Amino acid sequence: MLNYILRRALYAIPILIGVNLITFTLFFVVNTPDDMARMQLGIKYVSPEAIEKWKIERGYDKPLLFNQEKEGWEKLTKTIFFEKSISMFIFDFGQADDGRDIAQEIKSRMIPSLAIALPVFILGLIVHITFALLMVFFRATYIDFWGVILCVALMSISSLFYIIAGQFLVSKLWHLVPISGYESGLDAGKFLLLPVIIGIISSLGSSVRWYRTIFLEEMNKEYVRTARAKGLSERIVLFKHVLGNALIPILTGVVVVVPLLFLGSLLVESFFGIPGLGSYTIDAINSQDFAIVRAMVFWGSVLYIVGLVLTDISYTLVDPRIRLK
Amino acid sequence: MIKMINMSWLLISFAVLLAACDEHNWNNPYSAIDTGKNILYSVFTERPKHLDPVQSYSSNEIQFTAQIYEPPLQYHYLKRPFALIPLTAKEIPVVRHFDIEGHQLQNDAPATDVAYSIYEISIKPGIFFQPHPALAKDEQGDWLYHNLGDQELASIFKLSDFSRTGTRELTAEDYIYQIKRLAHPRLHSPIYGLMADYIIGLKDYVDVLKQVNPERSEGGTYLDLRNYPLEGVQVIDRYTYRIKIKGNYPQFIYWLAMPFFAPVPWEADAFYSQKELIQKNITLDWYPIGTGPYMLTENNPNLRMVLERNPNFHGEYYPTEGMPEDQENGLLMDAGRELPFIDKVIFTREKESIPRWNKFLQGYYDASGIGSDSFDQAVQLVGHGEATVTEEMAAQGIRLETTVAVSTYYMGFNMLDPVVGGSNEQQRESARKLRQAISIAVDYEEFISIFANGRGLPAQSPIAPGIAGYREGKEGVNPVVYDWINNRPQRKSIQVAKALLAEAGYPDGIDQKTGAPLILYFDVTARTAEDRSKLDWMRKQFQKLNIQLVVRSTDYNRFQDKIRKGNAQIFEWGWNADYPDPENFLFLLYGPQRKVGNNGENAANYDNTEYNQLFEQMKNIEDGPKRQQIIDRMVEILQHDAPWLWGYHPKDYGLYHAWYQNVKPNRISNNNLKYFRIDANLRDQKRREWNEPVLWPIAVMLAMLIISFIPAAMAFRRRESSTAVNNIPSS
Repeated sequence: MLNYILRRALYAIPILIGVNLITFTLFFVVNTPDDMARMQLGIKYVSPEAIEKWKIERGYDKPLLFNQEKEGWEKLTKTIFFEKSISMFIFDFGQADDGRDIAQEIKSRMIPSLAIALPVFILGLIVHITFALLMVFFRATYIDFWGVILCVALMSISSLFYIIAGQFLVSKLWHLVPISGYESGLDAGKFLLLPVIIGIISSLGSSVRWYRTIFLEEMNKEYVRTARAKGLSERIVLFKHVLGNALIPILTGVVVVVPLLFLGSLLVESFFGIPGLGSYTIDAINSQDFAIVRAMVFWGSVLYIVGLVLTDISYTLVDPRIRLK
Repeated sequence: MIKMINMSWLLISFAVLLAACDEHNWNNPYSAIDTGKNILYSVFTERPKHLDPVQSYSSNEIQFTAQIYEPPLQYHYLKRPFALIPLTAKEIPVVRHFDIEGHQLQNDAPATDVAYSIYEISIKPGIFFQPHPALAKDEQGDWLYHNLGDQELASIFKLSDFSRTGTRELTAEDYIYQIKRLAHPRLHSPIYGLMADYIIGLKDYVDVLKQVNPERSEGGTYLDLRNYPLEGVQVIDRYTYRIKIKGNYPQFIYWLAMPFFAPVPWEADAFYSQKELIQKNITLDWYPIGTGPYMLTENNPNLRMVLERNPNFHGEYYPTEGMPEDQENGLLMDAGRELPFIDKVIFTREKESIPRWNKFLQGYYDASGIGSDSFDQAVQLVGHGEATVTEEMAAQGIRLETTVAVSTYYMGFNMLDPVVGGSNEQQRESARKLRQAISIAVDYEEFISIFANGRGLPAQSPIAPGIAGYREGKEGVNPVVYDWINNRPQRKSIQVAKALLAEAGYPDGIDQKTGAPLILYFDVTARTAEDRSKLDWMRKQFQKLNIQLVVRSTDYNRFQDKIRKGNAQIFEWGWNADYPDPENFLFLLYGPQRKVGNNGENAANYDNTEYNQLFEQMKNIEDGPKRQQIIDRMVEILQHDAPWLWGYHPKDYGLYHAWYQNVKPNRISNNNLKYFRIDANLRDQKRREWNEPVLWPIAVMLAMLIISFIPAAMAFRRRESSTAVNNIPSS
């Protein structure tokens, strides 16, 4: 397995270079280093000298991808792309355009992001799988029928609606929790309750339908018939045998998401005033801070690759027939 | 049955638990220990980028820096038009002018005779800096934290982690030090370019500092500016300093009321120059040090910024005089009382308008602006269009404060464009008539009514109300666009505009020379769906003259690029005044300030010789009849040439709770927090009243869950006990 992980880690390098190149190209198609300087220096009284000085200080005075004035390898290495990319492979994200250390910011913002994402993920998984199994248990009855209709209805509603409606009902009309805000430690509870509930409900429709489909597919397999023939109750058949065998398709979708929980949620964090990584990324895009954007895209790519490797490893845990070589 | 009883007990226990859980409101977003304290709760939407007074400029930054840093002058809080008064200075400095040989001139000497001017500023003794680790000394009198070792740094993550602080008296040297910092090679002061043209020696000072030691000046280690004299600034004694500027620049005094000219102690610069602190994001740009009424005690720009009363504040008193209406509005009730009134100000970051507005209505924010989506809920028009709060707001004790901002939003014509600007005399005359016709056709009264909820004043010239030189009534009306009828301005009819268009060579919107319809191009920044209706409205305005308006929408970067290169034809932009002087508006159309070629602020590239000459005269003389006469003529030229559609001056509307007192909003003076007063007991009482938890929905939801659970449980049992095959026929 170690060989497999090492091989996957090596595969990740060209993927990360590619992602970095695409991010770089897309960003600089829209923004020039001059635009970035103007954004940082303000609108009024910005002189060309000040822009030039800003660019030199931050290394944006060089060509983007190819430096014709240099010789040999320096044609590639004395460029903005190379200089800004190479340090990221040792996780040195450098400083944001406002001078703040990016790694420090990521560290401090990761906890609020996880404070929402983790409960939504774990509780959501439990609730969604339980609902799906119940619907399968009551398959072909009015409960299953209305359950599917409810799921389709929930899927059709935008997550923004859940947020606004949740804030309106629970916070504004019923005064049960604060509308927005965040505190560290135990005080975070009252701020996280509503976003976590909304996070679970907003993904309920699609998740339950997906899990239901997986479970129904398993229900028609021969081992289920054998289990029933043995006289096992439907509850045991479902919660033990069907759930166990359906874990591979579930893990495919679930484990890959685990590392991405660190990236936070753009919409929820913004509306609930949670100072996480989602809002950090949005702020960086709005303020054209390339240093943060490229760091967050790189970080996201790394986590995604880690997620895929973890998914492969998890297969070996739930299915003894699978071996990673 | 037993299960049902258990469930009832569970419900009752839950309700009791919730009720007993907190004597305060459940939806209170603040710590319960702050309840009833003398704290102001405010919001910020965008995180500040700079809090170093040499770099900070935008309004979201100055709301913090203005409370912490004290420049020598400030604006009188209540008087209008705005008047400068001393802050740390003993008195308003009197400028002295000198000729090239160093002879002092009379104050009314012609500007051309003035070689340089001197401002001599004396500050009050006995002013001390806020407690700060940069000023902390040990028992031997050595600096405690100026040379930190690894061991000391290990436990330092924010400024408050330093266990000891110190202070010292403010001196003239601190002001001089800050002026030198304007040219520091490591810093980016937005006003460096402007000030380098005036403060003698500042332009070359950058090179001096760069040559001293390139590595140090780039921020490696401390660069002690005290060792490098700057010709234009001089310490006279412990409390007095001089600033020497080129020629005559009467507007310079307004800059002395901005944080750019606030004092920074060299000790702070030395302390914050330690590389290890910079790596930990502990910099002067993030942790200010000042002498003002407040100091920044928590700096988490992602969540919350907290200002607390500076225990070393030198003391100041609430103004005892103001405008006649101030007495009536209760703004003089605290006259003569010691400032500041509030102990602590908590700024919470709130990016979205919906939670911001709802928290204001719940009493968790003390004031709020009014977004277009909540305008109808908050404001109603009564009598002669006078704005007031709705009954719902009035019932909550919320009041509305309005003021016309010293700002202008305009639509500009690029004077370098052959169609709207003209490239020869004949074309220029034709283009002028075209611009005048468009000025009449675009109905800004309607625009303000539809798109700004009435929050604006149609502009007659670039000068905003409240600024010297602004004329009200008939005298101030733009005669090209309005007639004065029944004591009020009335926009000229569209027929007048059509006649002007015909004279311009475009009868009924058709180019006489080519026979083609007239097409104009409107450059705007990328718009949201909400703004599309504004553009549709603008097209309709041009359609009145049968002119086709093509909207060229782009992002702000490309838009700025087009303006800089002179590639736009018609565009819209705005300007917020830096200081309350007409020069700060009229320079936006001064020829040498052209964007194209000169990279100035004149986006229309307007260049009129007479106007330019009058501007040079006007900017160098004091307010008075002579200056007014020149301004009148300048405005007349502008109205005739119509390089802008003058657009409108926005009105700021703010809502304030009943417990929030002494508010007189404006956009010029920013150090206003010290004047505000809060009745914390009233706020606490109202919060409790407005935020009683509503528990029945929880009970209903639990009941629904139980009710839906029972048939499901029954079905479950039935299924579990059923046989695999039903209805087996009996043999």
